[in-house]
Amino acid sequence: MATVVAPEGGRVDSAAAPLRSRRRRTDEREPRNWVGGAAGWLWLVIVVVPLYWIVITSFKTRANYFATNPLAPPSSPTMENYRFVLEQDFARYFVNSVIVTLGAVVPAVAVSFMAAYAIVRAGEGRFLRTTNSMFLLGLAIPLQAVIIPIYLIIIRLQLYDTLLAIILPSIAFAIPLSVLVLSNFIRDVPRELFESMRMDGATEWTMLWRLALPLTRPALVTVGIYQGLTVWNNFLLPLILIQSPEQRPLPLALWAFQGQYGINVPAIAASVVLTALPIVILYAVGRRQLLSGLTAGFGK
Amino acid sequence: MTVIVPPAPAVQTTRPASSAGGHGPVGWMVLPALVVFVAFGAVPLLGVLGLSFTTWDGLGVIHPSGLTSWRAVLTDPGLPHAMWVTFKIMALSWLFQTPMSILIGVFLAGHQRYREFLAILYFIPLLLSAAAIAITYKALLDPNFGLGAGLGIPLLQQDWLGDSTLALGVVVFVVSWQFIPFHSLIYQGAVRQIPRSMYEAAALDGAGRVRQFFSITLPQLKYTIITSSTLMVVGSLTFFDLIFVLTEGGPGDATRSLALEMYKTGFQANLMGPASAIAVILVVVGLIVALLLRRLGGRGDESQLEGA
Repeated sequence: MATVVAPEGGRVDSAAAPLRSRRRRTDEREPRNWVGGAAGWLWLVIVVVPLYWIVITSFKTRANYFATNPLAPPSSPTMENYRFVLEQDFARYFVNSVIVTLGAVVPAVAVSFMAAYAIVRAGEGRFLRTTNSMFLLGLAIPLQAVIIPIYLIIIRLQLYDTLLAIILPSIAFAIPLSVLVLSNFIRDVPRELFESMRMDGATEWTMLWRLALPLTRPALVTVGIYQGLTVWNNFLLPLILIQSPEQRPLPLALWAFQGQYGINVPAIAASVVLTALPIVILYAVGRRQLLSGLTAGFGK
Repeated sequence: MTVIVPPAPAVQTTRPASSAGGHGPVGWMVLPALVVFVAFGAVPLLGVLGLSFTTWDGLGVIHPSGLTSWRAVLTDPGLPHAMWVTFKIMALSWLFQTPMSILIGVFLAGHQRYREFLAILYFIPLLLSAAAIAITYKALLDPNFGLGAGLGIPLLQQDWLGDSTLALGVVVFVVSWQFIPFHSLIYQGAVRQIPRSMYEAAALDGAGRVRQFFSITLPQLKYTIITSSTLMVVGSLTFFDLIFVLTEGGPGDATRSLALEMYKTGFQANLMGPASAIAVILVVVGLIVALLLRRLGGRGDESQLEGA
């Protein structure tokens, strides 16, 4: 899902439009879509069964898990697995993940916003044109392909095994898409507004904060959510750049935990549920924002 | 993160801003982003090419060694195997995901209330990390402790991840499980933008639902299909987390794709030179595939406005 395409001249602002629900009643006489319906319901079952299984399993005792039908709800739900998982330092991994995500997303969105503003406002400058093309090319770089030089750089900077080692490359890889999406939004700010503020003697710096920021706030949130999810779920960077157990963010901790307690299925289930919980709660709160965030930069 | 961007926006973004009133004082604002991006994006891209001409064990000194690494990689039978595995995963997951995503996307595009409710559930896999998904399936498919064993259904009770053929199938399935929601979301958005009038006109002409799907929906989705396919195909080149946690490339080397081959060569066998060469191959193959798919989609400057 960490994959996004910007279509030519992508008018990214339209990305949210299809998601905005148009609660128009559909034509009652519309012929039924049997094939789509069948596929839809079938896939629903396929999506839900593993999710259901992992949740109910997390509330079973080990003995209960082996003795009963795996799809039956637990006869006597227990929180024992969660207690066990939390004892394995998951609170710390959670904090690590929060630090890495905020530490990467906030600066990434801030610098991307400034860059996007400069790129839109400056027009013909050769330097900014080159920079912008470079960011666009950056969209095509897969993280996997450059992980070895990143590893080398991090070692040389003596940042190996620190959270900063994950944060810095995460910022770099968030920049291209963020700049693309944000510059599309800033471009939609009417020029007259800039013009009139300039007449009043406002500097570009003032206009950035007083004009562009309030008008592009929804886009900033969208970009932030998308990048946040990407960083939160990233596995490769910590796998390569983190060594000590206490520096692990959640996905890496999850993997290590599974390697250690693989046969304790209920505990594994609890660890998965626990690490997914924050995002699922976020999803419940801001579903539309989150989904439009996922297709940000995607245009159509 | 793999993304394809056509050159077009570069021109667009630099549309002269006549009212911008000089561009001196804003230029510096791009610097913080530029510095970080160059340091951890652009430099590593050049670095990986450079490192492919060296010998390095990941810890000690880096020795320039000319074409040694390339020779080692290109003569290693592991490379064509990894490419073949990557291709199989790419092709099978495309074949499975595309029709499913279109069907589900069309289904979800309806405005019925219950479909909106279903959509909430559909998109949950998008939120989960590949590691969490892989771990869930690993536990679920375990022949001794998983779902099949518990239900006592022999058909489900196979050594899913221990058999070469099955393991590849499982990888394709789990990949689809994770990404079909994303592509359905894209198709849902695209279908909703097809003008209703086209369907109304077709209905007046007596076209049935199936006919409408093939004569209106599919052709109108052309660009969406190409974009979504590009994402799938290029994305599948770099699947790492999911396969790594699910099978670690096994059993044997049955699911060892290019990305895994690179990781194992570099970070397990400590051969950073050859691993860098594989990484370069990964980038080049990705770009070629992306460009080919763009070609397929017609000229890059063609309007994306479907149904306008």
